[in-house]
Amino acid sequence: MFKNLRIVLVLLFACGLVYPLAVNGAANLLMPEKANGSLIEESGKVRGSELIGQAFNEPKYFSGRVSSIKYDGAGSGSNNYAASNEELAKRTKDDINAFLVANPGVKKEDIPADLLTNSGSGLDPHISPLAALIQVPRISKERGIQEEVLRKLIKEQTEGRQLGIFGEPRVNVLMLNRSLDEK
Amino acid sequence: MDLLQTGIVLLMVVTLAVPMGKYIAAVFSLESTKLDKGFGKIEGIIFRLGGIAGDSMTWKQYAKAVIISNFVMFGAGYLILRLQTFLPLNPNEIGNMDPLLSFNTAASFLTNTNLQHYSGESGLTYLSQMMVIMFLMFTTPATGLAVCMAFIRGLTGKESLGNFYVDLVRAHTRILLPLSFLVSMLLVSQGVPQTLSPNVEAMTQEGNVQQIARGPVAALESIKHLGTNGGGFFGVNSSHPFENPTPLSNVIEILSMFLLPASLPFAFGSMSGRKKTGRMLFGAMAIMFLGFLSVAYISETYGNMALQEAGLSQEEGNMEGKEVRFGIAQSTLFTAVTTAATTGTVNNMHDTLTPLGGMVPVAQMMLNCVFGGDGVGLINILMYGILAVFIAGLMVGRTPEFLGRKIEAGEMKLIAITILIHPLIILVPSAIALATGMGSAAVSNPGYHGISQVLYEFTSSAANNGSGFEGLGDNTPFWNISTGLVMLFGRYFSIIAMLAVGASMMVKKPVPETIGTFKTDNSTYMAILLGTVLVVGALTFFPVLALGPVADALTLR
Repeated sequence: MFKNLRIVLVLLFACGLVYPLAVNGAANLLMPEKANGSLIEESGKVRGSELIGQAFNEPKYFSGRVSSIKYDGAGSGSNNYAASNEELAKRTKDDINAFLVANPGVKKEDIPADLLTNSGSGLDPHISPLAALIQVPRISKERGIQEEVLRKLIKEQTEGRQLGIFGEPRVNVLMLNRSLDEK
Repeated sequence: MDLLQTGIVLLMVVTLAVPMGKYIAAVFSLESTKLDKGFGKIEGIIFRLGGIAGDSMTWKQYAKAVIISNFVMFGAGYLILRLQTFLPLNPNEIGNMDPLLSFNTAASFLTNTNLQHYSGESGLTYLSQMMVIMFLMFTTPATGLAVCMAFIRGLTGKESLGNFYVDLVRAHTRILLPLSFLVSMLLVSQGVPQTLSPNVEAMTQEGNVQQIARGPVAALESIKHLGTNGGGFFGVNSSHPFENPTPLSNVIEILSMFLLPASLPFAFGSMSGRKKTGRMLFGAMAIMFLGFLSVAYISETYGNMALQEAGLSQEEGNMEGKEVRFGIAQSTLFTAVTTAATTGTVNNMHDTLTPLGGMVPVAQMMLNCVFGGDGVGLINILMYGILAVFIAGLMVGRTPEFLGRKIEAGEMKLIAITILIHPLIILVPSAIALATGMGSAAVSNPGYHGISQVLYEFTSSAANNGSGFEGLGDNTPFWNISTGLVMLFGRYFSIIAMLAVGASMMVKKPVPETIGTFKTDNSTYMAILLGTVLVVGALTFFPVLALGPVADALTLR
């Protein structure tokens, strides 16, 4: 028993303190911005993190995905609706109707699925390029910016597959909206 | 593009697994190797501090060392969780964890399960994340690897089973610690935070306040995958953008969790001098894995017909509970790998998978030998391998042999009991939970899916996986105690029984191979092995799968 206690304490010290502190030191020395959470700062104030989505409810902003936690980054999660749960179908129907009202001229079957589904984390910073493009007429009307300009902006903000292969093409909603406000 | 990116990742797994298998064989060699020069000094210090002599052990001594050392680890973890609010590194002012939840959490991380009935953001201090979670994330896969090595030494008739403490320490110093450091750095380069500073408050673009939780994430993230642990820093695990920010971080995490389970068959081949048998084991597991992955991918691509009905196009596939950066391909691959390697980390919410897509993780955990967790997965497939030889032996009327040693009543009894224990600790508690209000009250999704939620929780506990259908409201005394016990039983029963089997095989006289010997390195044997695993699995679990996911799929409109 005593022998076990000794070796466990040695491992506790090595794995629970020395290792994470070594990683911490190296990460903050080599990549301080990323190690701190890729924060966006504006004149000393934190405006968010590049990696964490924000809630966009105003019509003049591109909206992101559904988030049952309203993009509160103190936590994370979703409602975990099963495919067969009727609440899921109901939420989706309501969201489709609301989207069609806010975006007149859009056809129901053209709405990309990612825009009206809850992300796993509730903090997904991205939408698909199609989900951004479908909002262009609304933003154009709200802001008086030509649709062509907006489409170009989306193209600039689109991240391709990583290394040309991995993942999906996507647009960071926060970064897109920030570039809108800078216009 | 989906097939290409999936194929490339799997090709990378195989490319890495072969040399890694050789390396593992050298790490745990009983003879002295070149590695002793490099690592000997630091290990010498650890042995001296720990008071370890390193003599070879009998199976009883080995099993006793496993149990007592693990018990001490459990105690240390439990104490820190109960007292965390008084300890340093608590910038977000988190309170102590209650006794039952602490029991469940300590048991969960001790058994390599990492089932989480708490959310990291609000439930753990940074010190607990480091000294409970990360600490156990190292020691438990190291324990699994050690036992696996002792089992192989027994099966192949080496001079002894080895010394548990030496194996435990070598797994840390030669494999887990250096690899974790490297992977942590790669993950930070993708944007995974690593800081001891408190959460930040941001002023959003629309002018509201947003809290952003962070912490020492990268250091945990690497060992979470390398050790097939799976417990996330945050509640939603690897679907959180801070745990898994890019498709490339996703690939790194997949490779990390598949690396050791996939390389162990090759390590077995090296250690036993039967490379072909090692490759055959790898092939059998790979065939099962590809089958399951295909079902998940096809089902998720097809989408959710209930949403199609509601008017939302399913051209993108079933995106509820998934992240845009991963899409269907990187999500289903992750799901298939995490439940094959019984890691339990998730990059999409398994509760929101389509019914058949969600059956894939459950089924892989039920079989529990599609690669499996670090060490224990190989033990399980070898156990089925012996069962397959035994059944084949019965069919042709010969005394069954495995690796040139006779298999007799003693070993077969232990193996049969171990194989039966797994369904027993899944089905009995599931039945109790569904029959009583204590269990069924936690179900969050109506209908047949509710049965799947309960079944998933106990399957995940028994297989020491740790993922969940997370809608289940599981932080209650019933769930904390029942899953805690299932996890402990699922882990230690098979470990002890297989050490005994290994020891009894070790002392047997090798029988010379003749023309009549049943070969264990060809495709006939692979087919019998696959048949054994699938028939045993289907006979045991098909009825309950029919009640849960299958009924859910058939009634979904």
